[in-house]
Amino acid sequence: MKPRYKRFILVVVALALLTLGAMFVLKAFRSNLVFFYTPTEVLAGQVPQGQAFRIGGMVLEGSVGREEDGLTVRFEVTDTLESVPVQYTGILPDLFQEGKGVVAQGRMNAQAIFIADQVLAKHDENYMPPEAAEALERARQIKMDNQ
Amino acid sequence: MSFWQYSSPQYFYPLAKKMAIVFFVLAAILTVWGLYIGFFVAPTDFQQGESYRIIFIHVPAAWMSMLIYLVMSFWAAVGLIMNTRLSSMLAQALAPTGALMTFIALWTGAFWGRPTWGAWWVWDARLTSELILLFLYIGYMALRASIEDPRRADRASAILALVGVVNVPIIYFSVKWWNTLHQGASVSFTKSSSMATSMLTGMLVMALAFWMYSIAVSLVRVRRIIRDREANAGWLTESSGVR
Repeated sequence: MKPRYKRFILVVVALALLTLGAMFVLKAFRSNLVFFYTPTEVLAGQVPQGQAFRIGGMVLEGSVGREEDGLTVRFEVTDTLESVPVQYTGILPDLFQEGKGVVAQGRMNAQAIFIADQVLAKHDENYMPPEAAEALERARQIKMDNQ
Repeated sequence: MSFWQYSSPQYFYPLAKKMAIVFFVLAAILTVWGLYIGFFVAPTDFQQGESYRIIFIHVPAAWMSMLIYLVMSFWAAVGLIMNTRLSSMLAQALAPTGALMTFIALWTGAFWGRPTWGAWWVWDARLTSELILLFLYIGYMALRASIEDPRRADRASAILALVGVVNVPIIYFSVKWWNTLHQGASVSFTKSSSMATSMLTGMLVMALAFWMYSIAVSLVRVRRIIRDREANAGWLTESSGVR
């Protein structure tokens, strides 16, 4: 066998082993690679207990309310199955909206309310002009009215 | 004249010059066209307003950062296996452009993240793996620079490049495999795009422009590398008149 064929096989085998190794490592570190937990996972107790973590999902429509001080916000994060109440004191990002994605960092208190110290907006991968978004929204309303 | 003779630095050197000029011209035209679409034709986004326009730089740069790494590793592997000088030189020439693209992707991403997410930087899987890519490029260049003998530098850096190649699919699929703050792909091979047409056109034209620029600048760089490494070869001395 020519030396270059040997080297080719060596490179291919090394890459295959490397990929396999990387897959095991990623599997092992799975919990650290997750940026946020969903409300279902939180309520099922699959989150680090007594530690800060992030919760992500949609802001439940109609759940956003402000406290008297004007800075504290309460809302619920939902993954459409379960929802968790969140309380946050501070300035919300511009894209924070009901029905849109959100990621909050903080910890659960004794009353099972998630006290957030940071709230991030998670936008989706859809890009369109406002008119198109309005048209889609209208279509959605009509569909809901018909049901 | 056979096609394979261009794998010799001596024949590739003048060809690279001609190709570089063509690719620079294409890059300039496409950049002007793409930016025109991006700033004047593409509409405002319904959610993000004007700040979404950073995609015309951010996405092409991020695509290039991954693609250049794959191409660089490919040439490094060919150099390692076939023992061809020009392949390793090409890999060497691609690294700085790849690092630049990675840096642009990270930097514009931070500028985008602040107004949209509310944070410059978060340690989610997409952002972290892209940062690792930047370190891989820097590590590759540093390793090359630390070895005096260019043939040994070729082999050592090729192994580093190949080890790092597992990171590229991780970057690409990170938004699918794990919960990330970074949104999913708007454009992919498997589903139709979730963008308005003029936005998509602008982004694809800019992506092409980045391709052309990367090819052109890498060709210029490979010529410089050939000049450095083949300085004592007969064909490149003053009297041969190649320059």
